[in-house]
Amino acid sequence: MATEESASVMDDYETLISTTDVELLKRAWRNEKAAPEILQFESSLVQRIKEQIELAEQNVEISEANNIDPLTVSLYQMDLDRTQFLLRSYLRVRLQKIEKYLFYVLKTDEYLNRLSKQEQMFARRCTDDLGSHLDETVLAKLPDNYQSILKQSITSEEDDMVPVPRLDTFVICKAKQYLSGLDFEPEYRTVLSFLLCPLRINFVTECPSLLLQTETSWVFGTLRKYSASSRIVLICAFLAIVFLLPNGLSVA
Amino acid sequence: MAGQSDSNMSLFSPGEIEFMAGDELVEIVPNLRMNSLYFIRGDYGPFHPQLAAQVPLWLAVALKKRGKCTIRPPQWMSIENLAQVLELERDSHAFQPLPFHYLEISRLLFDHAREDIPDMYMVRSLTEDIRDVRFHKVETNLEKFTASTVTWKNMSAMEVNIIRAFAGRALQAFYKHDNEQQAPDTDRMLDKQPQIPTDRPKRNLKPR
Repeated sequence: MATEESASVMDDYETLISTTDVELLKRAWRNEKAAPEILQFESSLVQRIKEQIELAEQNVEISEANNIDPLTVSLYQMDLDRTQFLLRSYLRVRLQKIEKYLFYVLKTDEYLNRLSKQEQMFARRCTDDLGSHLDETVLAKLPDNYQSILKQSITSEEDDMVPVPRLDTFVICKAKQYLSGLDFEPEYRTVLSFLLCPLRINFVTECPSLLLQTETSWVFGTLRKYSASSRIVLICAFLAIVFLLPNGLSVA
Repeated sequence: MAGQSDSNMSLFSPGEIEFMAGDELVEIVPNLRMNSLYFIRGDYGPFHPQLAAQVPLWLAVALKKRGKCTIRPPQWMSIENLAQVLELERDSHAFQPLPFHYLEISRLLFDHAREDIPDMYMVRSLTEDIRDVRFHKVETNLEKFTASTVTWKNMSAMEVNIIRAFAGRALQAFYKHDNEQQAPDTDRMLDKQPQIPTDRPKRNLKPR
């Protein structure tokens, strides 16, 4: 951990494997909070974190039973609390997003596939409940043409009452390295991924190497509707972020 | 559903930013002996009296609260460094490099480890001055916010967080209105309409 922080990171593979799951979860949480749409559920990461939390809980219980130094136990408890907070917050942000874009998520396979099994169940039940509630309270009392939960009226060709995440929006990113003006002509279809702290910025045209410099910039840019190709870049970027974590600036 | 406000969803609360800052490493000098701690987020220790150790800030604060250690303020929190940063900060438009979580770290240390910071009052007032100068800079920078892409160097977590929602919406508005102008016309048509203020620089970037 200490070496990761202090030494400039040379080998991204090493960084990748030495990054703790908590860091990964923190990044997932941050990204999830900052992204306009729902991101892929980090199922294996969440699974690992859950196991570690359970293990830590058992340890705390055993330590308490064995009269181990209460100070140590309370520190373990704090570490546990912080991790649990992250996990809960992560799951909660996702639930909020699912609720917000409920109908859209359900009818778009791409989004639906990003949810975990439980989230899919939640989304379906939520839709059913919301649908029947709206039917009972409002829709059934409206004229026949206006009873759809998805459409303004029967004449609408598309589902125009469904909130859709705004992908064509602005996000704030932290750059891993100093970016010169050249990189940011919108014509190049800059792909910015959203996130707050660990930033990932990549360009479809040229994917910068994983060079890390001390300089960082904040970039406010347009997240154009990203294309299939940009997704690939996003994935590389995901890996690249590891560098900056957790504290961007202070990495030497 | 459409009217539901999501103001707190995509934003980080100051508390959450502080939570993140809690993982920054600081140096402590423990006054007790304690075995290594094998946390979910990594291993720390073992701790020996009078031997400095690197721990995350939250752990340092927890130990400090129980009187089990002293915290060594980070290098950048020295009066000399802060005074220099403040001076540069005042002289230039650019942001000086400071730790990403400088505000949160200094605040936590002021709150919980005041006796560990030499010249606490001076350090505190310098930090506050720096913060004020920088926030003012953020505000003035916002006035120049016209391009679709802007970069600012060395902003800290808290500073970014404060303007996140506003900057996002403002840029959104710029973007939207730009597109409205362009929507009915091709780019060529746009050139023929001098009444449209197009003082936007061609290069949409302001390197700072």
